[in-house]
Amino acid sequence: MASGESITLTATRYSPEADVEPWLQSYVIPYREDMVVLDALNYIKSYVDGTLSFRWSCRMGICGSCGMTVNGTPTLTCASFLRDFFPGEIVVEPLANFPLVRDLVIDMSDFMHKLGMVKPWIIRDRDKPVTEGEYRQTPAQLEEYQQYSQCINCMLCYAACPVYAMEPEFLGPAAIALGRRYNLDSRDEGALDRLKVLATSDGIWDCTFVGECSVVCPKNVDPAKAIQQTKVDTTIDWYKQHLLPWMRR
Amino acid sequence: MQIQRDMATHGEKDVDRIEPFWWGLFAAGGGIAAMFAPMQILLQDLLGNAGVPVATSSYRRARRLAANPLVRMYLFALTSLSLVHWAHRFRYYVMDLGVTGARRQIALVCYGTAIAGSLDAARIVLRLPGRAR
Ligand code: SF4
Ligand code: FES
Repeated sequence: MASGESITLTATRYSPEADVEPWLQSYVIPYREDMVVLDALNYIKSYVDGTLSFRWSCRMGICGSCGMTVNGTPTLTCASFLRDFFPGEIVVEPLANFPLVRDLVIDMSDFMHKLGMVKPWIIRDRDKPVTEGEYRQTPAQLEEYQQYSQCINCMLCYAACPVYAMEPEFLGPAAIALGRRYNLDSRDEGALDRLKVLATSDGIWDCTFVGECSVVCPKNVDPAKAIQQTKVDTTIDWYKQHLLPWMRR
Repeated sequence: MQIQRDMATHGEKDVDRIEPFWWGLFAAGGGIAAMFAPMQILLQDLLGNAGVPVATSSYRRARRLAANPLVRMYLFALTSLSLVHWAHRFRYYVMDLGVTGARRQIALVCYGTAIAGSLDAARIVLRLPGRAR
């Protein structure tokens, strides 16, 4: 169902062997109303320029690997339709705030490192033996943390965060939301352990509540809320400890 | 565009022991500034000046009110918590504007201003004349 119309897509090009700096290359490709930006990139890769590099996998907003900056906004390219920009041009750049590897591919090591720092697994003081059965959880207890467990690690929130842009040490939205996800899990006993990472000057207290993380998050994880709630909890604990020492946990 | 970026090292840092204190006052100040400051302005300035017989419509009545220690405590809380709220917010604004260094000094200036203002508020509130005869 070729409409005969075309659209211009401009992409960042960078090859560490050949380029000193990233540069932009424009492609004119056939436009179809049901195409997403990722389809357009794949069209270019298949029919126009096989050297263009970018990450993707699921094409359905699950894997979190296709995040790029589309016309200035951190976006999942598999969920961003060309028709929302047509007949205007589309500029696709790599996610901001991460080192560039090639073209639209960024280095995510820092993000992976930070996810690990919050110990994103169930911590128990003492594991109960398998014979004692599973750890049961009510729907209400699941509800407590479910929102924060929806993260697909797309890193859009890090690309959108002005604090992370200025301070690479900042633990960042997704990692804090993930830490809170486990702290709120009724089966977990690792909250105090995680606070050593979360309640630091590079953790929640670095956040200035800009809120862009929650705006760009494709899964409505609302990491800004996770950070604010952790600030509230930590503050209440502090005042309890110092003003009402007998109420100490 | 950024090609290289130093791999960040979010090492195990100590839990921040003082930030929750300021943040608590900041949150309380936010609530007070948002709720009571407009009410205060409405009652004391707008309605009173417009001739509505609110409790603060005349100097004499306001003074009688201010003789009450609870009202004095309220006036002090309104002023000092709003100041701390400003200090904390402003400190973060400065960071948002791109100033990453001199954190300690910026915090000192911001909270110092709030503390000085609060002390002055305490002085004024304490020196308010007692019940008018
Ligand atoms: S919190 Fe949202 S934006 Fe951030 S990595 Fe997870 S899914 Fe992506
Ligand atoms: S390709 Fe998997 S989220 Fe877009």
